[in-house]
Amino acid sequence: MLTVFLQFFFSGLTIGAVYALVGIGFNITYNATSIINLAQGEFVVIGGLMMWFFSESLKLPFFVSVALTIITAGIVGFLMERLTIKPLKNPDLLLMIMITIAVSIVLRGILMFFFGKDPYVYPSFTEGEPLSIYGAIIQQQTLWVIGITGFCIILLFFFFKKTIIGKAMLACAVNPTAAKLVGINVSRMVMLSFVLSAIVGAIGGMAITPISLMEYDKGPMLAVKGFCAAIMGGLGSNRGAVLGGFIIGILESMTAGYIHSGLKDAVALIILLMILFYKPAGLFVSKAMLQLRKF
Amino acid sequence: MLAIVGPSTTGESMALVPILNTAATPLLSCAAGAPITQPVKDRAWIFKTPQYDISAVEAIYGYMKKQGISKVGIITISTGFGDAGKKALMEIAPKYGITIVAEEKYGPKDSDMTTQLIKIKAAGAQAVINWSVGPGQVIVTKNWQALKMGIPLYQSHGWGSKKNIELAGKAAEGVIAPLGRLVVWDKLSDKHPQKALLKKYSKDYEAKYKSEPGTFGGHAYDSIMMITEALKKVGPDKKKIKDYIETKITKWPGTGGIFNISPDDHCGLDKSAFEMVVVKNGDWEILK
Repeated sequence: MLTVFLQFFFSGLTIGAVYALVGIGFNITYNATSIINLAQGEFVVIGGLMMWFFSESLKLPFFVSVALTIITAGIVGFLMERLTIKPLKNPDLLLMIMITIAVSIVLRGILMFFFGKDPYVYPSFTEGEPLSIYGAIIQQQTLWVIGITGFCIILLFFFFKKTIIGKAMLACAVNPTAAKLVGINVSRMVMLSFVLSAIVGAIGGMAITPISLMEYDKGPMLAVKGFCAAIMGGLGSNRGAVLGGFIIGILESMTAGYIHSGLKDAVALIILLMILFYKPAGLFVSKAMLQLRKF
Repeated sequence: MLAIVGPSTTGESMALVPILNTAATPLLSCAAGAPITQPVKDRAWIFKTPQYDISAVEAIYGYMKKQGISKVGIITISTGFGDAGKKALMEIAPKYGITIVAEEKYGPKDSDMTTQLIKIKAAGAQAVINWSVGPGQVIVTKNWQALKMGIPLYQSHGWGSKKNIELAGKAAEGVIAPLGRLVVWDKLSDKHPQKALLKKYSKDYEAKYKSEPGTFGGHAYDSIMMITEALKKVGPDKKKIKDYIETKITKWPGTGGIFNISPDDHCGLDKSAFEMVVVKNGDWEILK
């Protein structure tokens, strides 16, 4: 009984870790610009597919591939902001969000052109049998995903709370005019937030591909689930996104295990709705904070 | 215009059925769904070249019966392909004395199916049948191996691409699936009526497109060859072409199997179109 429960739990952790990493990506752009970047899922796909390209197709060493993948994703984030967000004369939030949808469609088209419709995979970061805990198994790669998620959160925490650039980025989201008045280059901060979220997305993609495989059109599903994780925890809160991701993942797995696998998405989304009904700002954001927001 | 080949999905083919039936023009569909050609009396002008889903299920159940397996758990993808497979699996089971002890589902973009597999095992299944196309069948295979389930994994006829073995790696070892002979033509005996044809088709395809031939290309090839043969024998007349295909395509080797089209069956393939194939040392091996 315990074994079965633990197995459902670990399966939930595996699924949840993926959602959590995507959720964090949403938060970075949101914290700096108040934009929901709906191309976040495509950044994850770029991470997985480029990592495959560098490590399997070009046979480059692991760390070189990781570095090149991060650079590629950073460039995509940079180009996205410079080509589509910066040229806007009247930056309107809703308009910018729609632009991110357009970018996601374009990116998907480009990815399909270069990689085709087949799924791709490469070996786990560490070789070896899955770990067994009380008879339930957990794949080594899942531990990598969880570890990398934790590492990203700690880095981002220090970045936003302790560095001048991080604080400047937060200031841009709260009040761009005031930020400009104190001498912050707002446009550069917005660009940086896109680069950063693209990199976090790509890191997530690199970590999950050995578990879930990666194909050109996985982005929208990842974006939807990652977005759910982010709003369950409260948009802007990384702690919240992680918790939200794991709650949704574990709920899906438990529903599939104890009720029926056909209902898993429905039950997870109903519980998300109920949480938002009682706590509209999400688990980790207060109501007062919500009123300060533009979106 | 004398006849139409295609389309390759069941939904689109169904949309063409009433139009071509009224227009009295032969349609040779390249989609698998049984409703495309059944009931035949309302579909006089409609044919299809892919095997029935039901035939793939019968091939699996027939093999299971020989292995003494009577309790199975099924796991299907929540798309049209998976739903059609699930329906066929549930319908035919009693005929082969098989009980379905667990019935699970997953979405086309899901990343982990461990939970569903654990439930199937807990329900006392002696084998798992996964019915899907795309990355799902690879993830199920990897989860099945990681869990060391101790019961065999069967896949649908969607499994028949070397790409799947590459993606699943050593997890694919021992996976069993009913596959058309196109993927295993080099393992057939030289006497097999399909061998020469499959060899030529595979070689020509690889020479021209530099990739492994897929079954769908084969369905279109079969359709076109049937029409060409009819045209040569009876000339450009819709009614005569239809009658020729309906009555003269018997013991006719194609890429999908040996066709026996009759006025009662406008597909002409049964479970004998499939070989049960196991993955061994990263390659296919035909099970006897």
